[in-house]
Amino acid sequence: MPVWLIVLIKSALLLFVVVTAFAYAMLVERKILGWMQLRPGPNRVGPWGLLQPAADAAKLLLKEDLTPETADRLLYKLAPFISLVTAFAVYAVIPFGSSSSGTWVIGNVNAGILLILAITSLGVYGICLGGWASGSKYPLLGSVRSTAQMISYELAMSLSFIGVLILAGTTSLDGIVHAQTRWWFVLPQFVGCVIYVITAVAETNRAPFDLVEAETELVAGFHTEYSGLRFGLFFIAEYVNMLTVSCIATLLFFGGWNPAFGLAAVPGVVWFVLKVACFMFFYMWLRATLPRLRYDRLMAFGWKVLLPVATLNLIVTAVVVAYTG
Amino acid sequence: MNPYGPVAIYLVVAVAAALLFSVVPGLLARAKPNAHKREAYECGVEPTSPVAGRFPIRFYLIAMLFVVFDVEAASFYPWAVQMHALRVFGLLEMIVFIIVLAIGYAYVWKKGGFVWR
Repeated sequence: MPVWLIVLIKSALLLFVVVTAFAYAMLVERKILGWMQLRPGPNRVGPWGLLQPAADAAKLLLKEDLTPETADRLLYKLAPFISLVTAFAVYAVIPFGSSSSGTWVIGNVNAGILLILAITSLGVYGICLGGWASGSKYPLLGSVRSTAQMISYELAMSLSFIGVLILAGTTSLDGIVHAQTRWWFVLPQFVGCVIYVITAVAETNRAPFDLVEAETELVAGFHTEYSGLRFGLFFIAEYVNMLTVSCIATLLFFGGWNPAFGLAAVPGVVWFVLKVACFMFFYMWLRATLPRLRYDRLMAFGWKVLLPVATLNLIVTAVVVAYTG
Repeated sequence: MNPYGPVAIYLVVAVAAALLFSVVPGLLARAKPNAHKREAYECGVEPTSPVAGRFPIRFYLIAMLFVVFDVEAASFYPWAVQMHALRVFGLLEMIVFIIVLAIGYAYVWKKGGFVWR
């Protein structure tokens, strides 16, 4: 089989896995939220609600696709597409297992982390344009809010990576994971890890940073006007982004596919998936536990706390490496 | 194969999948439009005024600050990767850079650039 055909099949398979993971992450989230609130969660469609994602997909597919008269039609349709493409595109460089053979990664590029940062920062366009193109008040407010929030937290996020880069000495994701065979970077880069996790929650617009869709003030934020599968695209993008930042946290701070507790018999991919699953659970736990922040506090926290702390962290790391490394 | 080759192939597949997701609803869903469905949503009230597209100036300010600081953050990357080779020399150079950055940051803070009114 020619190489390109293998890559094509792998790509299609990976996308299928990502979309399936999205569908069940959504179901698991609703189950967990249910249990945390002493409800059973979805349990009508199929055993334990296992067919709920299929039912949701069918319902979204058959819903009428509404476009408000005041909307900019082209951008209105383009925005969810942009969100989804950027959410999918990141997986081109994420290695799921040791990629010496190239089995568990699509493209093992040496600028992996730069590519991830570049692609994920494009995601803001989907939200920004979607809210603006709706030609409606709440979506516009939601989208300017979220744009400001996402770019503010992106700064601290890109600074929190630098400590890891100093220790690993490479921007290749494969190289970063290999640098963690002795100890995971969550130990020497604990501050960086905490900053990353906070900014990751803010970047994906999830509770307690979900001001983008603050129901009490903005109806549903930037996607108020969207219906049917076009709303679904934003929804898929949000969950796929959650998976993405969980993967990045696993790769940069929690040793990627390196086994925990010295259990090397378990394959690396299993470890990777387990760590990502722990992160996803953490996300859902946060949503069940924490109330939403106030917008001015959110912005002040990003600029006045996270940014200087991230910079201090990178200076300390550099000093340690300069004198001991 | 060049490692960016598979990335390009994957991107094509991802775009195709996203395109499929965006085109399908137009084919399957039945449309029964009426005047009220085409209105912008304002919690059931008829829209009182068109959207002027105006929003507070603070958002522009945040965007400008972001551009300034993000460009500076980007210049940390090549330095960080070479830190093991540059050692104390690299550290001192970067501390000078960070001091310059901190002066700008302190100025913005003092001017109230981070206060949301």
